[in-house]
Amino acid sequence: MAAVRERLLAWLHPRPQARAWALLAPGTLWLLLFFLVPLIIMFVYSMMPRGIYGGVDPGFTLEHYRRFFDPLYLDILRRTFVWSIACTAICLVLGYPVAYAIARGGQWKNLLLFLVVLPFWTSFLVRTFAMIFLLRDSGLVNNWMLRLGVIEHSITLLYTPFAVMAGLVYGFLPFMILPIYASLEKLDLSLLEAAEVLGARPVERFRRVTLPLSMPGVVAGCLLVFIPALGSFLTADLLGGAKQMMIGNLVQNQFSAARNWPFGSAASFIVMALVLLAVMFYLRVKDRAPGEAPLR
Amino acid sequence: MAVSPSSTTGSVVQLSRVSKSFGDVKAVDDVSLEIQRGEFFSLLGPSGCGKTTTLRLLAGFEEPDDDGGEVRLLGEVVNKKRPYERKIAMVFQSYALFPHLSVQRNVAFGLEQRKTPKAEIGDRVRRALEMVRLEPDTFARRMPGQLSGGQRQRVALARALVLEPDILLLDEPLGAIDLKLRKEMQLELKSLNKQLGTTFVYVTHDQEEALTMSDRIAVMDNARVAQLGTPAEIYENPRTAFVAKFIGESNFFGGTAERRNGGGWEVARSGGGRFLVPDHPAIREGRAVRIAVRPEWMDVWRPDAVPPGENAVGGTIRDVIYLGETMHLIVTVPGCDDVTVAVRNEGQLIKPLPWKRGDAAAVAWRPEDCQILEEV
Amino acid sequence: MSVRLPRWVLGFSALVYAFLHVPILVLMVFSFNDSKFSVNWSGFTFNWYHRLLERPDILRGLRASLIVGGASTVIATVLGTLIALALARHRFRGRTAFEGFLYVPIVTPEIVVGISLLILFALVKVPLGLTTIVIAHVAFSLSFVVIVVLARLEGMDRTLEEAAMILGADEVTTFWKVTVPQLWPGILSGALLAFTISFDDFVITSFVSGSGSSTLPIVVYGMVRRNVEPSINAISTIILLVTTALIYAADRLVRNK
Repeated sequence: MAAVRERLLAWLHPRPQARAWALLAPGTLWLLLFFLVPLIIMFVYSMMPRGIYGGVDPGFTLEHYRRFFDPLYLDILRRTFVWSIACTAICLVLGYPVAYAIARGGQWKNLLLFLVVLPFWTSFLVRTFAMIFLLRDSGLVNNWMLRLGVIEHSITLLYTPFAVMAGLVYGFLPFMILPIYASLEKLDLSLLEAAEVLGARPVERFRRVTLPLSMPGVVAGCLLVFIPALGSFLTADLLGGAKQMMIGNLVQNQFSAARNWPFGSAASFIVMALVLLAVMFYLRVKDRAPGEAPLR
Repeated sequence: MAVSPSSTTGSVVQLSRVSKSFGDVKAVDDVSLEIQRGEFFSLLGPSGCGKTTTLRLLAGFEEPDDDGGEVRLLGEVVNKKRPYERKIAMVFQSYALFPHLSVQRNVAFGLEQRKTPKAEIGDRVRRALEMVRLEPDTFARRMPGQLSGGQRQRVALARALVLEPDILLLDEPLGAIDLKLRKEMQLELKSLNKQLGTTFVYVTHDQEEALTMSDRIAVMDNARVAQLGTPAEIYENPRTAFVAKFIGESNFFGGTAERRNGGGWEVARSGGGRFLVPDHPAIREGRAVRIAVRPEWMDVWRPDAVPPGENAVGGTIRDVIYLGETMHLIVTVPGCDDVTVAVRNEGQLIKPLPWKRGDAAAVAWRPEDCQILEEV
Repeated sequence: MSVRLPRWVLGFSALVYAFLHVPILVLMVFSFNDSKFSVNWSGFTFNWYHRLLERPDILRGLRASLIVGGASTVIATVLGTLIALALARHRFRGRTAFEGFLYVPIVTPEIVVGISLLILFALVKVPLGLTTIVIAHVAFSLSFVVIVVLARLEGMDRTLEEAAMILGADEVTTFWKVTVPQLWPGILSGALLAFTISFDDFVITSFVSGSGSSTLPIVVYGMVRRNVEPSINAISTIILLVTTALIYAADRLVRNK
């Protein structure tokens, strides 16, 4: 045993590259085999004719991508896109003040932060169910509104765009708060003091110092909400019903009821492409300093 | 142009009995002081002594306690005024340059907040940069991240001076730059102060820096002003052991005042022997006396060769330390801490000191070089 | 400090916090409500929890979730820690690209991961079951583990390792006696997150689980689709409490540096 160890050490010592790859290899292999390769296969599938009982037949076709120009699917694409943007915007409006409050939360900071991290990690399914429980016709929201006399009869909240939007925002809000908090937290307080001494009132101070310096967090937060919203499936599935389909539901549908794997793959690939576009956009803006134009 | 307030000569900053607590901790305790127009005034002390809080009270980042006295700037009580309502400028320890704004945008920030006409801003920014010796064409468009520490320092100064403030607060602005540059900046700050007539309030923990630059110094200790005076008064006539120790080095001797002797007092040293001190209102017969003596005002002699009329204590040489410009002799004296004596280095290779470890020696100083401390 | 929170920010934040947490709290409270349909409070009961014990599908689902969670956590943690070590301690060609690649699984929508694996398993004719779920969960959670462990490694004092070597420990000894003990909290919190991801996952699992291998979320999803009944509140409460405990533990580990 000792001898083996000696020989291993002796071999590894002058070969740092080999050592690095020895550590990397198992995990990398896993990711290649079970993440990258499947994505490639999926991409290939998306360009093959549909098989009769699921699966594909040999051949090459762009038919599945062409189908997206059908108004039915264009509609789904548009809805997915618009809703993801809207969800991102709402999360930003709701999340920024919260992130600000946490960053200035003093002794409460850790607790406030934990209360945001918690939903970040708790079961999305359970959280979506909580929304159902509140919003259904005989749910608590209707119940309370009836009692308070706001409405006279139960109104339909579930299976409406409102329910889906509420579910999306509810689901992804923590993704917005955390990065904004992180950038506000990093903000050097003496910069704010400097702005004050230079004559900036609180509103101006926020506009010219706090906001621009928290932009990296805002951009990251928008990305982190937009991406999962784009690929979301459970929310529209459980809160939206058949009329509020998003592209994630379309994908799921093709792999279950519709049994059109290549079309589902194409839809899935479009989701992936949109996500990568969003990431590239993010990387573009990320490093651009949010400064002000030079004086003339 | 910032309008110069009516030519109220005299004090531009007044603190009267100002206190500030954080919870149970008194950060500033009953501090009163006045700062004159055009003065270079330093708040000096170790960390935690309250000097930074005092400065922040002037800036408006902190408010005095409810019954915590009055802060006046240019004659006006500003206790409750926010920083942006005060006509002051400040240079921060960390410089606090806005990282997302170019140098010129940083410098223009305050002018823009004060609604200075656009046409005027560009011009004043240029002049401010020139004043701190940064070439505008080279530096105006740079971002703070592209500057060295010294250059950032200058931008921070320009950003404050461009407002032509009556009062400029500086919070240890030279702490983060290297020694050589620091010396250079000290002289520059001093000459800016004289040239512009702006009142500088300077916080530092570096006694040498304070002595070099200041017209007057307030030495702070434990939330209070321990002594306020010119550099010479503070160095040559420290009132407390804390001041004597914090500013320069000192040797301390204690004893009991025995009787008047000529113009002074004869003191029986605890630990044996006696010495003479000049008269001082704090001395009472039969009461304890504590004095401090600067190392450079002392000399070391053979025990039998002490000049007549000088105070002397006997001891043993413990160490001879080479410091370049001077030599320090550390002498162990019974009944008190080791005594440090500074002697000029006249060249150890040519004319070495006649002392070595273990030699018996007497430390001597003239009675008028005793600094009598008020608290024993 | 001179930065004060405007009142409206506080009030607004309180409302947002309520939005984030009240639905969950309501859900938990009503798991103890003694009424099958009503959302009015009809008395306290443990009835719905007892019901859970009578349902074999839930117990089977729980068992499957624990097995899958355990296995995928162990694998993801070991592989992820190795990758983190390589990234923190070694310079190698293609490092930046590799780091970029690590982030791809994190931004990839779960549904894409799920169906692409489904296609793979169908293609190579692997029957869907617990094994395929474990494979999928590892692929998805690996990157999270790497990031957590890497953060810990980068915060670690390298001079400790150098000190160990000066004192005569070789690389292997140094690794076990100095690196690993310090890294332990990072590894553990990475493992906890991996377990949470696995335990909570529905979307990916729904594509790669076979008929006999439903994990707990799959069973719960089936219940939600069929009917809204208080047993779901009960099982949801249990799931929430378990994840909250795990996240709290992970949070403490990360913070106690």
